[in-house]
Amino acid sequence: MAKKWEEMTPDEKQEALFARWMAPKDPAGNDLKYQSPKAEKAFKERITRIKDAIQMKKLPDRVPIFVAPSFFPVYYAGITPQEAMYDYDKCRMAFKKFVVDFEPDGNLGAYVPGPGKFFEILDYKLYSWPGHGVPPEQSYQCNESEYMTAGEYDALIDDPSNFFSNTYLPRVFGKLGGFQMLPALTGILEIYGVAINFIPFGLPPVQATYKALFEAGAEALKWMGAMGAWNADITAAGFPLIAAGFTKAPFDVIGDTLRGTRGIMVDMYRQPDKLLEAMERLTPLMIKMGVGTAKLVGHPVIFIPLHKGADGFLSDEQFKKFYWPTLKKVMMGLIAEGVVPMPAAEGHWDSRLAIMSDLPKGKTLWMIDQSNIANAKKTIGKVGCLFGNVPSDLLVVGTPEQVKDYVKNLIDTCAKGGGYIVSNGAFFDQAKPENVHAMVDAAREYGAYK
Amino acid sequence: MAKDLSKTLADLKEDEAVAIVRERLNAGEDPLRILDDASRAMETVGKRFSSGEYFIPDLVYSGEILKSINELVKPKLAKGGAARKGGKVIVGTVAGDIHDIGKDIVVFMLDVSGFEVYDLGVDVPAKKFVEKIKESGAPIVGLSGFLTLAYDAMKQTVQAIKDAGLRDKVKIMIGGGQITDEITKFTGADAYGKDAVAGVTLARKWSGAK
Ligand code: B12
Repeated sequence: MAKKWEEMTPDEKQEALFARWMAPKDPAGNDLKYQSPKAEKAFKERITRIKDAIQMKKLPDRVPIFVAPSFFPVYYAGITPQEAMYDYDKCRMAFKKFVVDFEPDGNLGAYVPGPGKFFEILDYKLYSWPGHGVPPEQSYQCNESEYMTAGEYDALIDDPSNFFSNTYLPRVFGKLGGFQMLPALTGILEIYGVAINFIPFGLPPVQATYKALFEAGAEALKWMGAMGAWNADITAAGFPLIAAGFTKAPFDVIGDTLRGTRGIMVDMYRQPDKLLEAMERLTPLMIKMGVGTAKLVGHPVIFIPLHKGADGFLSDEQFKKFYWPTLKKVMMGLIAEGVVPMPAAEGHWDSRLAIMSDLPKGKTLWMIDQSNIANAKKTIGKVGCLFGNVPSDLLVVGTPEQVKDYVKNLIDTCAKGGGYIVSNGAFFDQAKPENVHAMVDAAREYGAYK
Repeated sequence: MAKDLSKTLADLKEDEAVAIVRERLNAGEDPLRILDDASRAMETVGKRFSSGEYFIPDLVYSGEILKSINELVKPKLAKGGAARKGGKVIVGTVAGDIHDIGKDIVVFMLDVSGFEVYDLGVDVPAKKFVEKIKESGAPIVGLSGFLTLAYDAMKQTVQAIKDAGLRDKVKIMIGGGQITDEITKFTGADAYGKDAVAGVTLARKWSGAK
């Protein structure tokens, strides 16, 4: 008899999530119908290949291949980022063309552009996007700022969800101003005074916010419908998505979009204890976010973009004190629930690789950008599966021969014993299509395990 | 006698540094001398960053302390600051890209190395670089960019400078996480700096050679 989730070991949970990934459902919740028996076979082979690479117990049949771009599929299909953000069908078409043409074992889905109309409805301030501060042919831009002030750590630590709803969200969404007036519903305990708590919902700014939310929710649903159909379509054709969703390192949660880079760095000096406490407070939330998504989607892999712990950003001491402890806790929390964390070591992480190798084997999947790949193999590569390292500049200005040589070299360096997946190292927008083909072809050509 | 401002600031002791400035201002000292000490401290900070002793948070924090000091000193300042001797440099993140952390460090390091830096910010259209070159006469331009889209934007910026007939009047350096020698060739820039220290070295070389 199948065990209950709570009774399973982390290994069993991981197996259960892999099994769900292997048995996809359509958007209505029924077993997905594949395009053909061949597609079904390809889908299962691809996941088995990726699973073997991740678990590091046995060799895959060949080195798996990921292609993990940013806006490349949009440009490749000849549409603009603006079209991709506003016309969900065009977006689907572009990302499908990308997957079908390059046939990666793993792809990132069609989520990168996101729903432009939705951002418009809520007046999203955190990003500028095509038609809203950015020309139609460019990708969106993050507007870094102090969306949380230096004096607000206590509010965040005290009640993170209240801080997000009542303080942070009204700052990053122009239309969520009404949230500032939201009552703490934990005050509703007895009949006495109950109604008083609900007064804000009668006030015009709050009602306006809810109106915007209804509209935004409907648009989000529409977009998600398109994405769900895309996922089903691409899965039916035999192509798995690499990840179910994402979570973040607590240092990056605060350093990217709450306090910002400047803010968090000054806090490291002026109020280090508050910063450390806030990161601890966010840790269980980041674990829940990852575990929740993995279980909802039925897919073990959760992406964690790593930003401000890269080489140069922090000294070794600062990294060990501020960045790694809570990131490690997040990863261990995910692993305990059978989830496979997929940190992307963006840029250079050479000085961190050894420190981050302190993890159980066969539980993680690392995207390596420009770190020395031989070193990565000798450090985190001992415990986790690596992918990436084909450089962006090579994909843009190199020749297919150069790309092939690069990939061959990567396979020689990393593929021995398993635990390596050929892939680009950074989320690229531009590339010569023939170079992307060369990367995929080279992996097929040189990647067989005999 | 107050403690050494240059040293306290370079060692990032904020409270002490600010206290010293207050004391010296109260004693009626020439604000320019205080700023002089402060800029010597920033030079030290820059050196420590070059040698790998300091990291980005240290630079950012030193900048914050300097800001507080400037705020104290400014009201007492007659007018104008110390003249810059290193020459003029224009720096900006190219169109379509908003990554500014690397660019800010380049600006910081050029500044503490004595250059007069025009920081054009992020997502800077090619024509803004051209206008600034015309207006300031700066002989050195630094383009920063991290996205693959920035490769094209850099190329277009170099082209726009050429089209404006200014290409032989300026040296152009580029930089940013994903920039390499190959990309330098692709964009038509003169050189690339793998970090801010390399940027300063290039700027020194180019301004000295003139
Ligand atoms: C921080 C960061 C962000 C922040 C930006 C915050 C900000 N205010 O800048 C946020 C989270 C907002 C962000 C967003 C995005 N990012 Co980003 N980001 C990074 C990250 C992690 C660090 C970049 C950085 O600031 N480095 C710090 C500096 C100090 O390091 P450095 O490179 O060593 O800097 C030195 C040199 O480059 C040099 N230098 C820099 N400029 C110049 C100029 C001159 C003239 C000279 C001489 C030298 C020089 O001197 C610097 C100091 O020594 C990198 C990955 C990485 N680690 O590099 C990705 C990265 C740059 N981002 C990337 C992407 C794709 C994005 C997004 C498009 C992702 C998305 N789909 O949402 C968005 C959109 C951004 C946009 N449209 O512009 C990709 C680019 C991929 C590529 N080129 O192929 C990267 C490489 C991540 C990856 N591996 O995929 N990002």
